[in-house]
Amino acid sequence: MKKTTTIALLSSALLASSTALASADKLTFYCSAQEEWCQVMANGFQDATGIEVNMTRKSSGETFAQVKAESSNPKGDVWWGGTGDPHLQAAEEGLTEPYVSPMRGELNDWAISQAESAGDKTIGIYSGALGYGYNSDLLKANNLPEPKCWKDLTKPEYKGHVQMANPNSSGTAYTTLATMVQLFGEEDGFQFMKDLHKNINQYTKSGSAPIKAAGRGENTIGIVFMHDAVNQAVSGFPIEVVAPCEGTGYEIGSMSIIKGARNLEEAKKFYDWALTDEAQSLALGVKAFQVPSNKGAETSPSAPDLSSIKLIDYDFKKYGSSDERKRLLKKWDDEVSTLPQ
Amino acid sequence: MTLAETSRLESKVTHPTLVLWLIVGWVGFALLPWYGLEDGILSFEWLLDGYPFEDDYAPALFLGLQGQKLWLMPLALFLAMPLLAIGKSRSDESYGKILVIAGALGFGWLILQGFSIGIRGWNFEWLNQLFGELGDRQFGMGSGAMLVASAFLFIFTQGIAARGAVNGDIFVVGAIGFVVAIVTTFVFYPIANMLASAFITEENTYSIRVFFDKFTDRRLWGLSCITAGGRCGAAWNSLFLAILVGIITTGLGLAFALAVTRTNMRFKQALRALTVLPIITPPFVIGLAIILLFGLSGSVTVFISDLLGIQPTRWVYGLPGILIAQTLAFTPIAFLVLIGVVEGVSPSMEEAAQTLRANRWNTFRTVSWPLMRPGIANAFLLGFIESMADFGNPLVLGGNYDVLSTEIFFAIVGAQYDQGRAAVLAIVLLGFTLAAFWAQRFWLGKKSYTTMTGKGDSGIHPHLPRAMAVPVFTIAAVWTLFTIIIYCMIIYGSFVELWGINNSLTFKHYITAFSVRLDAEGIRWTGSAWNSFWTTIQIAGIAAPLTAIVGLITAYLLTRQNFAGKNAFEFGTMLSFAIPGTVIGVSYILAFNVPPIEITGTGIILVVSFIFRNMPVGVRAGIASMSQLDKSLDESSLTLGANSWQTFLKVILPLLRPAILAALVYSFVRAMTAISAVIFLVSAEYDMATSYIIGRVENNDYGLAIAYSTTLIFVMLAVVGAMQFLVGRAKIGRRLDQSRTNV
Repeated sequence: MKKTTTIALLSSALLASSTALASADKLTFYCSAQEEWCQVMANGFQDATGIEVNMTRKSSGETFAQVKAESSNPKGDVWWGGTGDPHLQAAEEGLTEPYVSPMRGELNDWAISQAESAGDKTIGIYSGALGYGYNSDLLKANNLPEPKCWKDLTKPEYKGHVQMANPNSSGTAYTTLATMVQLFGEEDGFQFMKDLHKNINQYTKSGSAPIKAAGRGENTIGIVFMHDAVNQAVSGFPIEVVAPCEGTGYEIGSMSIIKGARNLEEAKKFYDWALTDEAQSLALGVKAFQVPSNKGAETSPSAPDLSSIKLIDYDFKKYGSSDERKRLLKKWDDEVSTLPQ
Repeated sequence: MTLAETSRLESKVTHPTLVLWLIVGWVGFALLPWYGLEDGILSFEWLLDGYPFEDDYAPALFLGLQGQKLWLMPLALFLAMPLLAIGKSRSDESYGKILVIAGALGFGWLILQGFSIGIRGWNFEWLNQLFGELGDRQFGMGSGAMLVASAFLFIFTQGIAARGAVNGDIFVVGAIGFVVAIVTTFVFYPIANMLASAFITEENTYSIRVFFDKFTDRRLWGLSCITAGGRCGAAWNSLFLAILVGIITTGLGLAFALAVTRTNMRFKQALRALTVLPIITPPFVIGLAIILLFGLSGSVTVFISDLLGIQPTRWVYGLPGILIAQTLAFTPIAFLVLIGVVEGVSPSMEEAAQTLRANRWNTFRTVSWPLMRPGIANAFLLGFIESMADFGNPLVLGGNYDVLSTEIFFAIVGAQYDQGRAAVLAIVLLGFTLAAFWAQRFWLGKKSYTTMTGKGDSGIHPHLPRAMAVPVFTIAAVWTLFTIIIYCMIIYGSFVELWGINNSLTFKHYITAFSVRLDAEGIRWTGSAWNSFWTTIQIAGIAAPLTAIVGLITAYLLTRQNFAGKNAFEFGTMLSFAIPGTVIGVSYILAFNVPPIEITGTGIILVVSFIFRNMPVGVRAGIASMSQLDKSLDESSLTLGANSWQTFLKVILPLLRPAILAALVYSFVRAMTAISAVIFLVSAEYDMATSYIIGRVENNDYGLAIAYSTTLIFVMLAVVGAMQFLVGRAKIGRRLDQSRTNV
């Protein structure tokens, strides 16, 4: 038993020794966008300010879980990226800190209205429209017509060819559900989900999985955010991106400062920097085709042009609230997911 | 304890063990910083920065002298009490009493103050009302507190031992106390914390109704896959899958073990090496390879559909895919358990049967097979539990076949964030695994499986009867071929540009991950994977030996000692294995993010989670091997005057080499390949390889994910080989070569 203690001590000592010596300025950065994007944001900020950045990348749901679990003793300072809902939820539950950035003048209106709806506890950094993409090789191999609208996807010939995420586990799929309810009205929206259900081959857990499966040829049509589909197409997969003819909903990728942040000053510096055109233009280098919130940031020609897409007036406040979310998900669970396929 | 030893101890009144622990306790109290340091104890910056008076670095004694944190001062009293016992003889009634009281009060006070006073003063509202606002606070315990806690623990166990527990054996009582303390801290406490959330309502009150609402959910227990075209609940899916996987992996593992030990098959060493492959494969990789072979656009699927002119389907998504992947992944675990048992069955018994004119078939059926039963049961249990807790394969290949482990993950990280549902699912999962555990005990009954007695145990294993050798060999060969194909695909995949789309060969993925630059400052690790790679190696390297030590000590206590509450003890040490990693991950964050133990975001929490996740394998392997070692070995050692620590070290341990190796290899490898708990526990500073790989997979960047995984496989191969070399093979005293005349 003497030995075990020695070893326990020794191991904690080893671990302790490997931690870097403290330096004056540092920032713990939770990132919910894709890995490369997180990496260039972390490095870009470090280069711009000399503040040492510790970055952890997790999906927005995981990050939300972590921020909530750590709320009595926060470890993170700033949370950047990921769909807006968990950011709004964090704001609702008081996990994040209000901040009004001097950069607001350079931003698009939708970014500011996101901040206003959450009492300045979050802000829009990019946005992307919902849509779908299909694998053109597979479509041809199965002699299927090219779909153009949402309603096309409910046609019987696409049976077993459509994939979307499970709204219970994915923010993307919940956005889809909420979009249909707003686009067609609640009753017709649910009828659409029921008709679609017959054609679905799998409800995936993660939001962008359907289009990735389509890219690899494991699925024909994936309902996802259009920028995810564009990413697959640009990466060399045979994917065509569709902006549905009826119009569509969208997400606002967000950023929040964590309440009780240990490095609040650095977090604010990052916040301001992340809203500059220079920081937002970094997205292009890593194939992130979302629309930046800074009006001056560069956009890619391959990115879906939001002005040419029919966008619905998405009510983030209503459909982002916990109560409405729970009600819709329960209804989907009871009325749609139980139907035979 | 023998007479000789007792009298030896009587003559010494100095009690060296007690003195040692008192010194440790006082060092912790008076010299080392009491609270955790942000930069770790070994940065030694604290020594230059106002120590010992600066608040952050001060030992408890100096805090007290400055009139701060006065609630720590009673500890000094409890640390002083045992000094009274030093002059007394062990057999003196008051010796034990003093130690028990001092240890228990000290340990109790330490825990009490830790939980009562946190970073915002009193932790409980009623304390505020009783004593008023505290106006002070404390952070997580550090090295000083840790030493004091261990000192109290072992003072207490020495007191118990002096009062006659377990024949007054200091080592055994101390070891029991140690294992109980760490298992309580790192398994029971976080899990209880987590499970309590199954009863929490949205208004933050407790209610049993919430539990039942979630428990009776249709998504959990629905049976519409049998009646209508619908889907069955996750609970049934998991159960069915786990039973299938348990049976298949045990069967395959046994076939391999028999083929290696009891046939004159060639390439035995190669086969042995090959069975280790899947276990050192990072998660997802096998799943990805299966998709690329059998998926809708997979090579095999396309080939067969072209050949037969049928439309390719998504058949692999769901039960078939998970089953194939899990069988590939878990057969080696069954093999590792079974090879020890199959080798350990003493040939003397089999030779005796043959001498009595039993033919080979009868020998196998009535002698060898019954003696292998503990191994079979353990292998099944491991396969069953591994399948229940597996997370990576269902995630990639699950399709619409929902299982509990992924449901738990998405209940927590999903858009719903329903911790209560996760806890309820975890309870169901736990129920299944515990039921399997009891079923195993029931099957084994109270029979003895001891064959290695130390009494002239030599001989050679007889070969299998031909009627069995042929199928065993065929199964092993087919499965081997399949495994080889999968691995060739994986290695190939790490060298192609974009698998399935653009098959030109490239080193691009390796360069992105592992590039190195030499410049004036020396080597610069510029590849994107280096950071997580070094962290992973470091964490796994620390966790493996600790896991093996804790596991084998526990196994020794379970098989060799009798003490009150042994069953509860065994249950406790196995519990963490039955709990899926996702639940462990979340419960660790909840439990260890706040004082008294504040270790989230450090490497320590990763090491700790690996130790307690993997310890049960060490325990099982140890138990399986030790139940074959006759107690007469220990007894003779004890009779000759050795104490139980020496017996453990010099007699049991050398005979346990296969079990030690299994525990070391398993825990190292699992620490490098585990994902489900890790995904919650990694931090910016301590990112692990698997969580990095998941990021790549999520990003459809299969090339880099597979290249990284391939590198990890080779690294683990090297490490496992080195361990095998260092630990060495057990020399159980068998004639080494299986002569051909032996039939």
